[in-house]
Amino acid sequence: MHTSRAAYWFLAPALLLIAAFFVVPIFASLALSATDFDIYAVASPANTRFVGLGNYTELLQNPLFWTAVGNTLYFVVVGGPLSVAVSLGAALLVNSRLTKAKSFFRAVYFVPVVTTLVAVAVIWRYLYDPRFGLLNYLLHFVGVRPIDWLGNPHWAMPSIILMTVWKNFGYNMLIFVAGLQAISQDLYDAALVDGASAIQRFRHVTLPMLGPTFLFVSVTTMIGYTQLFSEPYVMTQGGPLHATYSIVLYMYEEGFRWWHLGYAASIAFVLFALVLGGTLIQRRLRR
Amino acid sequence: MRWPVLALAFLVTACGGRDSSTVTLKVWGLGREGEVLKELLPEFERQHPDIRVIVQQIPWTAAHEKLLTAFVGDATPDVAQIGNTWLPEFVALGALAPLTADSQDYFPGIWRTNEIGGTLYGIPWYVDTRVIFYRSDLLAAAGYKTFPTLWTDWRQAMVKVRGDRAAILLALNEWAGPIVLGMGTRAPFLTPDGLHGAFQEPRFRRAFAFYVDLFRGGLAPAVNNAQVANRYQSFATGEFSMILSGPWDIGEFSRRLPASLAGKWMTAPMPAPDPPAPGLSLAGGSSLAIFRRSAHQGAARALIAYLSEPAVQVRFYTLTGDLPARESAWSDPVLDTNRYAAAFREQLRHVAPTPQVPEWEQIVTAVARYAEETVRGDMTEDQALEALDRDVDRMLEKRRWLARAH
Repeated sequence: MHTSRAAYWFLAPALLLIAAFFVVPIFASLALSATDFDIYAVASPANTRFVGLGNYTELLQNPLFWTAVGNTLYFVVVGGPLSVAVSLGAALLVNSRLTKAKSFFRAVYFVPVVTTLVAVAVIWRYLYDPRFGLLNYLLHFVGVRPIDWLGNPHWAMPSIILMTVWKNFGYNMLIFVAGLQAISQDLYDAALVDGASAIQRFRHVTLPMLGPTFLFVSVTTMIGYTQLFSEPYVMTQGGPLHATYSIVLYMYEEGFRWWHLGYAASIAFVLFALVLGGTLIQRRLRR
Repeated sequence: MRWPVLALAFLVTACGGRDSSTVTLKVWGLGREGEVLKELLPEFERQHPDIRVIVQQIPWTAAHEKLLTAFVGDATPDVAQIGNTWLPEFVALGALAPLTADSQDYFPGIWRTNEIGGTLYGIPWYVDTRVIFYRSDLLAAAGYKTFPTLWTDWRQAMVKVRGDRAAILLALNEWAGPIVLGMGTRAPFLTPDGLHGAFQEPRFRRAFAFYVDLFRGGLAPAVNNAQVANRYQSFATGEFSMILSGPWDIGEFSRRLPASLAGKWMTAPMPAPDPPAPGLSLAGGSSLAIFRRSAHQGAARALIAYLSEPAVQVRFYTLTGDLPARESAWSDPVLDTNRYAAAFREQLRHVAPTPQVPEWEQIVTAVARYAEETVRGDMTEDQALEALDRDVDRMLEKRRWLARAH
């Protein structure tokens, strides 16, 4: 009895902080999402109307929202697995017995993760430049006509995905390396004795043993990628023709550009529902 | 223990001579203007020994947000530079103090952007509008000694100069193109009560059709700003011979165009759809406004009066290239002899305010969006304008509710 009371006292500071800066704001924005709080409401609270689920129904009817949802899903479904695959590939290479200077490569691949996004974006804009960019210069050797990477609505999202995967794969690579090193060498030796080929060893030893790592990596990647914002904000401002307009970009514009805070709060909750749904589905798939 | 007390006593006596009457003004300047503002102030502080001014420089990209959060957080400055299209929003908030001043020496179209509901809330500081920058050598070769003044001739001139290239750069992500042309046809954009969109009205329809036709006819390339890697280079090579742009490009063009192009480019006011020319253009720029919560209204007014003096305006122009709001400042030789400024002076006498509703900035992004969809062939003109009016009506819903409620 006494010990549990003492435990609550020790927990109290942390719980208070979480309540003040996490729980209260969440409920406040839930309440906000049921109003049409905007610039006129800032002027006088009397100009606020309770709209119930009005923001949500308006949101679901707005084509721009569905464009944003479509783009975000495109980014998550294509960019997410690609990023995980590249991370795994890099982890296998870095972890291979044949590789020399392992720590050097680990560090090099991790450098983009810790580089400021804006600096990365500036460099990639040069790479993507339709006339003077390195990418089109290399493509012209194989006879490909210049591609307007960021200006063409069909190419803009693939360009953003390519840059994001390059920037982020190092982080998951390190987690995979840790997962690979945790697999006991005995398993590989046993498989080898049974005559398993390299591919069979990968499929039947490495992949199953990496299961928990996979779940962690894919859930965090999915959550992170659903919140796509900075890359299009810096590179394309959501254009061209809203081809890179994401849910968070939409929320930011509604909230802080047009000051529709009630509406923006409802976008935040829809995003929360999407992330929660995605996480639950992934957990179900793992079982 | 004794030293701090002594130091404190010294401080008190040191300030004692002034503190009864010294006023500290907090002023927010934006971007480069904020930087230059600091250079103008020593003279003001010399003339007003009882006023001290602290300038805080805010980057343009964050300015709107900062001003709004400052208002919500009760931390507004005494005086701020405010883009004149933002004024309706801050007036709707009740953030600004009403002002009185003599409008005589100011461009009337610019002045009107500072009057909201018949009350003055800002004093124009510098002005901005859009004109045409063009390659005078290429137009002369095509038979045009002066720039065309009517839309029909203007379009014909584009056809003649373009060769196998485009003629004019109108960036698709900028709303200025369709809006400036709409000002030419005197389109109202919104209904007179400001509660509904009026983009399907014949005058805007005419301007929109002219705009879209420039792209369909291959006279304007369907590109946005990010796709033109270097507009100065493209202008120099004649990839296009006309650009719709603002006063900042006078300086940029002089600096960035190759020396061989000196004297081969010029500025011209907007052509008009029908006589009389020139056509109307944007009434842009920044104003100086005083916040209602400021405790130093008198000192704030003195600062604005000082910054509005023609001599100070000329100095401001030489430091920034921002065009002065007062006509008498334009008689100064630095502006009077600038051949590229003449078109701006003429245009500034023919500018019109955009509808004064806080939603305007959001409305123009929708205008640019639908214009781009039409140009790219995803919508017909009728579909685009109908959808635009519908979107704008949705944005103005709160305004209609407020109009009914009060």
